Amino acid sequence: MAWQTFAYIAASILFITGLKMLGRAETAKRGNRISAAGMLIAVLATLLAGGFDYTWIVVGLVVGAAVGAVAARRVQMTAMPEMVALLNGSGGLASMLVGWAEYVRADGVVTFSAVAIVLTILIGGIAASGSVVAFGKLSERIDGKPLLFRGQKTINATLLALALLAGAWVVADAAVAGGVAGVGIAFALVLLVALVLGVLVVIPIGGADMPIVVSLLNSYSGVAAAAAGFVIDNNVLVVAGSLVGASGLILTNIMCKAMNRSLTNVLFGGFGATVSKAGAAAQGEVKPLSPDDAYFILEAANSVIFVPGYGMAVAQAQHVVKELADQLVRNGAEVRHAIHPVAGRMPGHMNVLLAEANVPYEQLVEPDDVNPAMETVDVAIVIGANDVVNPAAKEDPGSPLWGMPIIEVDRARTCFVLKRSMNPGFSGVDNALFLKDNTRMIFGDAKATLTAMVAAFKEA
Amino acid sequence: MNPLLLFVFVLAIFLGLELITKVPSQLHTPLMSGSNAISGITIVGAIVAAGEPGLLATILGTIAVAAATINVIGGYLVTERMLGMFKTGKDA
Repeated sequence: MAWQTFAYIAASILFITGLKMLGRAETAKRGNRISAAGMLIAVLATLLAGGFDYTWIVVGLVVGAAVGAVAARRVQMTAMPEMVALLNGSGGLASMLVGWAEYVRADGVVTFSAVAIVLTILIGGIAASGSVVAFGKLSERIDGKPLLFRGQKTINATLLALALLAGAWVVADAAVAGGVAGVGIAFALVLLVALVLGVLVVIPIGGADMPIVVSLLNSYSGVAAAAAGFVIDNNVLVVAGSLVGASGLILTNIMCKAMNRSLTNVLFGGFGATVSKAGAAAQGEVKPLSPDDAYFILEAANSVIFVPGYGMAVAQAQHVVKELADQLVRNGAEVRHAIHPVAGRMPGHMNVLLAEANVPYEQLVEPDDVNPAMETVDVAIVIGANDVVNPAAKEDPGSPLWGMPIIEVDRARTCFVLKRSMNPGFSGVDNALFLKDNTRMIFGDAKATLTAMVAAFKEA
Repeated sequence: MNPLLLFVFVLAIFLGLELITKVPSQLHTPLMSGSNAISGITIVGAIVAAGEPGLLATILGTIAVAAATINVIGGYLVTERMLGMFKTGKDA
């Protein structure tokens, strides 16, 4: 079996190299392929080890490959967050099932393996059902608002304790030769509670916090794979799973920093739902503007920044954003797209959409690039973004957004806010930006509004 | 039981934390979906489970193989598709 070990080592090296390259723009594409090659080697090495009945393995591989390939090809870029959530869920589910199958198969499992099996089922189960709920929220099949109820934390804590207790029973049983009667119930309990916990952990989390949850679930599915590695005593699962677990944590951390919140606050805060509206009421009046009038301001602008948010994804407006940007550039303006790290529903959501619309990479900037010189920006166009441009983050210590790094469009000479209505964002916090003197609200569907502006440029 | 795995686990976690530093936001999604595909490595365990005798284990294993394959194939292809859209002028 020595050759198999070498194959797994080679696969591990390819995963490590691939993941490192995936973190840099110049090498990302090659990195993804290198990591895929590692996966191919690991799968082939496992298959060729032999001694299997291949029938059902082939069935699983063919079905999975067909579904995966079709889904990856068909999915729209705007639906990418739910796609990633589903992929995450299937990974977690697979790890959970591997733990279950090993439990069924193992005759007299030793204590160490029993611990690993329990952990695999627990983490894999939470990742699986949590991802399904995240998918539901992201695709708006279920309400995206945080769902909170009385005693939520107590129930979660009790369930977790129950799962650990049942898990301990399974482990204790493994230590006793012959086993204790009724342990099947304990095992079933671990399985069931894991799935319920996954649902309960994600359900109180609001739409704006989804980037954090998606990257955290990503981390869980990695850790579940690593735990499955302990179950089947396999190094490559432990290495690959840990790498994913760690990279998911890093991404989670980046997202938390971008919102100036701790992970515990995101997981248990139920952002928006519990917020006391103690923040100072915003002063001023709403100043609406028509797209045609907006054209005259844009026509005279030398520097324009676009600030996209989830609303751009909903309206599928990325292509017309690019069109308007092209018109502005042709008109001699400097155009940039300022992307907040947590804009949208997953890490990097806006980047993916703008890339789909062929927006040049050079036009994409981060908040720190535009904030210092915001006064020199003639027009900032906010498209379906809300919390990430809310000035309360730096003006109102009583606001739940206080301290969050924002894109400070309120300091631009003029700020257009494209919005359907005056409803607050997902956080449920009022936005004082809408009432500022230099803000003009352009109500209506973002795509229609932008199309009208492009038309005005073309007529001119 | 193999306690050496614990050693590998701890080292790999530290390696993972060191590996990815300062990722540009443009790559957040591909990094997530690409690493997600790697977590489909659990397919190795699924293959073992599906190929061994025992009805229940075979059923569970087969579903696990299918789910893990969706994760692997879907994850890599979707990442490839997204990275294909990013044009930086250079190879990317």
